[in-house]
Amino acid sequence: PPAHSCNDWIGPPDKYSNLRPVIFYVPKDESPLERRLREMRQETQAWNQQFWAKQNVAFQQEKEEFIYSRLKAKGLEVRDETGQKATLNAEEMADFYKDFLSKNFRKHMHYNRDWYKRNFTITFLMGQVALMRALTWLRWKKKDVGN
Amino acid sequence: GLFVWHLKKTGVRQVPCQFVHLCRAANDRLITFQYFNFLKRMYVTQYNKDLSQRAKPKSDSVASPFHETQQLDREKKVIHKIRPISPVHQPLSETSNRNELREMKSAAEIGGSAARLRAESKEDRQWKEMKLQLDDLPGILARLSKIKLTALVVCTASAGFAMAPVPFDLTCFLLASLGTGLASCAANSINQFFEVPFDSNMNRTKNRPLVRGQISPLLAVCFAASCGVPGIALLTLGVNPLTGALGAFNIFLYTCCYTPMKRMSIANTWVGAVVGAIPPVMGWTAATGSLDAGALLLGGILYSWQFPHFNALSWGLREDYSRGGYCMMSVTHPGLCRRVALRHCLALIGLSTVAPVLDITTWTFPIISLPINLYISYLGFRFYRDADRSSSRKLFFCSLWHLPMLLLVMFSCKKSFLEKEEKGDLLSGNHGRAMEIRLP
Repeated sequence: PPAHSCNDWIGPPDKYSNLRPVIFYVPKDESPLERRLREMRQETQAWNQQFWAKQNVAFQQEKEEFIYSRLKAKGLEVRDETGQKATLNAEEMADFYKDFLSKNFRKHMHYNRDWYKRNFTITFLMGQVALMRALTWLRWKKKDVGN
Repeated sequence: GLFVWHLKKTGVRQVPCQFVHLCRAANDRLITFQYFNFLKRMYVTQYNKDLSQRAKPKSDSVASPFHETQQLDREKKVIHKIRPISPVHQPLSETSNRNELREMKSAAEIGGSAARLRAESKEDRQWKEMKLQLDDLPGILARLSKIKLTALVVCTASAGFAMAPVPFDLTCFLLASLGTGLASCAANSINQFFEVPFDSNMNRTKNRPLVRGQISPLLAVCFAASCGVPGIALLTLGVNPLTGALGAFNIFLYTCCYTPMKRMSIANTWVGAVVGAIPPVMGWTAATGSLDAGALLLGGILYSWQFPHFNALSWGLREDYSRGGYCMMSVTHPGLCRRVALRHCLALIGLSTVAPVLDITTWTFPIISLPINLYISYLGFRFYRDADRSSSRKLFFCSLWHLPMLLLVMFSCKKSFLEKEEKGDLLSGNHGRAMEIRLP
């Protein structure tokens, strides 16, 4: 993002986590409340990134392993004559999906709970910051009019 | 009502090599052959001057996957806009069936849209300033509120209103529709607010405004509140308290029960079906002011319809659901998924037969609706037996036109309250007069 910008910038989805990273703008006169909000958002972003990157990588890995083991069981090669990777059809993959979902269920429960908490906190802080900025602006306006 | 069917079929078998290559390249990014699959058949139906598009289910959750802007007035526009509606997306690597792939992507238009999508995806890869663009705001809010789904919900509510055996009151109808629409916008916005990281990870939903940072979560919540509060107030004060209560309850059910439950238990599908069933009940209570058997029947029909619709759709989304941690029947209990879909297709036949018993429609309704109900049941049975991608797709597409058609037939077989008073002839002279009064 350009140096003169006063806004946050959001980027393309991350290769592993599919989440879009945000670069936060730090204003020179950042208030403690604003700093708390920004740090919370940064921390949540990092936490989210870590969770989903791990999750997706594990998914891909386990999927490959599953395909490999199934193909082996069927007596087929991983790559066919043209060099393309052989894949299983949707019905065969269904067993894997079911398995993966149940294995990760508890992890998802914890994640969900944390995510909802963080989401609410961040949004609430955003509300507070917005209110504070509005009041500051009004006060400034009044002073300006007074002058 | 008029019916306009817009069927696009891909008939070409041969695919030039470079075309497949192009599609593969495009597939790396956003789309998969499933996308083109859905471009295959688009249906537009015009029902009583409302334009109802059926493109995606509300789930996923209930979700509906819709991207672009929408304006449902003109059919032509609708056809063009239906195209980019996001359907099922699945990574190409999963499918081994190259034949299927070739079959899908043959239409010439697809080449054009693939190029367009590639350009879009390039733009997607850039860094964007997180500043609210005011001229984009209507589009952003439309996507946030899942405007197409909202329009469908309003249509089902209008159907409930139209079926109520009372004289048609235009003001009441408009207020009820507006209130329902606002409530639906609010519910959908909150749903998206809750689901940002999950939506980012699913192909179908990764272009939503909150995921892309086009709008801040705070603004999304404010928007939801500014739709929900006036919407419910409008329903409670402008229509009647019962409808308002139902609207508020539905918002609660969708945002606080269905959305979290999607990640906790497969029971979410049943809750979601209730969410879908409530709007026509709301339409009925808006007209009559009370919860009659007729309201419950209409709700029941929509409740049953949700299952073949959603279960068929979710069949193709299993990979994304599994990876994203969504508990759906199609992933964890596939047999149950198909059984339930079939069961409810058959239930639709039963419910259609109950309609004349409750004096909502004449006996012509179950007779005329039998063919379409039997057809969807047949597809449900095929899905149950075959359990594969093609049968699930067929069932899903059938559900898209089945519901509008069923509602239309129901409306045209409606037992006019005038006819009920003069218990005499049901179909002849009076019918003409009754028709005049019925139609707005």
